[in-house]
Amino acid sequence: MAANSNLKTLFNGIIKENPIFVIMLGMCPTLGTTSSAINGLGMGLATTFVLLSSNVVISMLKNIIPDNVRIPAFVVVIAAFVTLVEMVMQAYVPALYESLGLFIPLIVVNCIVLGRAEAFAAKNTVVKSFFDGLGMGLGFTLALTLLGTTRELLGTGKVFSMTVFPENYGMLLFVLAPGAFIALAYLIAIFNKLKTTKN
Amino acid sequence: MTYILIFIGAVFVNNIVLSQFLGICPFLGVSKKIDTALGMSGAVAFVMTIATIVTFLIQVYVLEPLQIGYLQTISFILIIAALVQLVEIILKKISPALYQALGVFLPLITTNCAILGVAIMVIQKDFNLLQSVVFAISTAIGFGLALILFAGIREQLNLVSLPRGMKGTPAALLVAGLLAMAFMGFAGIVK
Repeated sequence: MAANSNLKTLFNGIIKENPIFVIMLGMCPTLGTTSSAINGLGMGLATTFVLLSSNVVISMLKNIIPDNVRIPAFVVVIAAFVTLVEMVMQAYVPALYESLGLFIPLIVVNCIVLGRAEAFAAKNTVVKSFFDGLGMGLGFTLALTLLGTTRELLGTGKVFSMTVFPENYGMLLFVLAPGAFIALAYLIAIFNKLKTTKN
Repeated sequence: MTYILIFIGAVFVNNIVLSQFLGICPFLGVSKKIDTALGMSGAVAFVMTIATIVTFLIQVYVLEPLQIGYLQTISFILIIAALVQLVEIILKKISPALYQALGVFLPLITTNCAILGVAIMVIQKDFNLLQSVVFAISTAIGFGLALILFAGIREQLNLVSLPRGMKGTPAALLVAGLLAMAFMGFAGIVK
């Protein structure tokens, strides 16, 4: 039973309450870092790590933190993990670190992370918060990778840097800023459509 | 001359919302009416300028001399959060009218990534204090420009009928995409 509800929490984040397609939080990194599939995946995984660790730590500390200073306390916990991710990425994947740039420190102000801390981790057990963080993180990663793949395929004819379409193919627009908005608009529209037909 | 270039670059060429993708949440969230868009732009301009000055001074006089640059993210976000609170309290005391206008938007600003983004950007670009201030103000003007244009279009968007799946956010994002395309026309004016 317990394992079952944990699994439910996990899938809840991936599909039913997908942070991008359904709740629509954390739009800035979604649009800013998805010029290629690998960037989207990297950003998604970095955010997943922060979500997971901050959810676990905050649910452990929820009884110690006084209620009226909880938001600053949550922000400090989140910022600590973001700094950790930043240092690790700079050391081990410098190329990805370069291309994500400003968006790595900006994970701190990603609404999903603080949103889950406030809405879920502050009220639930450590194990549940772990699965919620993992589910939300994977849902975010899935959305970012999907958007990144779409933009890379339409923009350059490649997926994860492997050529799918011939050399001279590519609508550059999709790699540039407007393409991000347009591709996301259609992905959300498709998601909405699928949801309404399923019901 | 450099100041004019910084201004044009930040307002048009590298518009914070439409080409840097920062501050998308308030861009989508409070752009349903022109009035609220104006209020939000004002609040952002106010906080962004003050926050950039304070974080710049902290970086130069505290973090760098002590060689604790890795604490940048934590210290900046705490400063911004504290500053927003402070601005709220002071504004309530000295200018109730302005507080009335900007009040509801102030708490939302802490999680506006444009504020933290600009604070970090001026450090990365090696600006001096005056350049940073100009950059912050211009970025805020660019944010306001994009937000108000967008709100104007969205008010009209309510009047047309759309396919069910496209209603709401997807349609708004498409409009944002078209706006971004229009702003791409400015590319190349400033390096």
